[in-house]
Amino acid sequence: MIQINNLHKSFGDLAVLRGIDEHISQGEVVSVIGPSGSGKSTFLRCLNLLENPTEGEIYIDGEMINGKGVNVNKIRQKTGMVFQHFNLFPHLTILKNVTLAPVVLKKMNKEQAEKGATELLKKVGLEEKASSYPAQLSGGQKQRVAIARALAMEPEIMLFDEPTSALDPEMVGEVLDVIKELAMSGMTMVIVTHEMGFAKEVSTRVLFMDGGYIIEKGTPAEIFDNPQNDRTKSFLSKML
Amino acid sequence: MYMGWLSQWWSELAADLYKCFIKDDRYMLLLNGIGVTIKVSLLAVIIGIIIGIAIAFCSLSKRKGIRLIGKVYTDVIRGTPSVTQLMIIYFVVFATVSWEKWIIAAIAFGINSGAYVSEIIRAGILSIDKGQTEAGRSLGLSGFQTMSRIVIPQAVKNIFPALCNEFIVLIKETAIVGYVGLMDIQKAGDFIKSATFIAFVPLIGTAVIYFVIIKFLTLLLGVIEKSLRKSDVR
Repeated sequence: MIQINNLHKSFGDLAVLRGIDEHISQGEVVSVIGPSGSGKSTFLRCLNLLENPTEGEIYIDGEMINGKGVNVNKIRQKTGMVFQHFNLFPHLTILKNVTLAPVVLKKMNKEQAEKGATELLKKVGLEEKASSYPAQLSGGQKQRVAIARALAMEPEIMLFDEPTSALDPEMVGEVLDVIKELAMSGMTMVIVTHEMGFAKEVSTRVLFMDGGYIIEKGTPAEIFDNPQNDRTKSFLSKML
Repeated sequence: MYMGWLSQWWSELAADLYKCFIKDDRYMLLLNGIGVTIKVSLLAVIIGIIIGIAIAFCSLSKRKGIRLIGKVYTDVIRGTPSVTQLMIIYFVVFATVSWEKWIIAAIAFGINSGAYVSEIIRAGILSIDKGQTEAGRSLGLSGFQTMSRIVIPQAVKNIFPALCNEFIVLIKETAIVGYVGLMDIQKAGDFIKSATFIAFVPLIGTAVIYFVIIKFLTLLLGVIEKSLRKSDVR
């Protein structure tokens, strides 16, 4: 489903990604772990072209997304993204946050979108907040709305960029529960996270990144219980 | 003794008031002046916003050449007095154009205001967190859709007070249209002063009229701002 060949990304002189090759199949839940500055967020952001790769190719459903003349907006509709800082639209109600993109992009008419949005808000347990504004919600609630908002575009792939890092500890659980449920529904997901327990529980595969490379990859059991690389070992020993 | 002085002062003032405002229908000069000031200001605000938006997007452009247009525009406008600009627009640029005076004046003030409005808009757009743009784009919205649906509505709320301030400055700035022969509030007051040889009453009257117009506008804009802040409730 996603094929990544020799992906490089530099910001000026700073090389953040130095050659990533990876294949992610339909229905996989891939967690990306690694120390700060290892390039994991940049890697994720390249997958929906929030960052433009300096070199290399990314294919989604066999279509090269970072080629010349591709419709970036069309490609982004296939990939939903959830951000560390939620990035809800503060001037819109919760319902409007969810319906904005489907309506503006004419994927649905207003009634369909509102029906779908109510359904999604029910799924994340926030239907009664539909007419509230983001400022009236807690962090955990905001992030659940952000997930609903991304799902409203009916993406094939969901990207999570440290979805719980900005949350108070007691709110992490409610967000992880929603992500877990989504993972079990068969959605293809890539999750950048510092929640090792969560990564272990929910992922089908784990990538360990450091210094712009994928250093080690494998099943959660392989990575967490029996890491081979020294850097993986030392990272995990600090985390657990 | 004291009361006698007061009543004399009052009767003199009443005579002055009569001479300045009632005699020869002089109040009509001021009423017409209010009309001119409002007409010029209103059209200038509209032109100023249109130019301001255009120049703001020039200044925010990724292309260096276009950014330069925005920079030169604001530099030139800010670096020269508005009286000079008004006179250049009126006597040089539009010298051979036979439009109504007030329209040409409004264009001059609009061009002037546009430079300041563009800086306000630019700052407003830059004040919106980059994450908002990223969230919009990640949903598949185009750059234009993200700007118009997400960034600008929020920016408008943030820049509204500064924009109101600019409009108020603009209204007062129009008091120089007398330089190109328009009879606005200021010029009407000045005219009455020359005709009656009384300075106090017409000039204070002029000040009061400006004050009342601006106070009324401030109250109106305050109401609008309040409704813009609806989504801030906690």
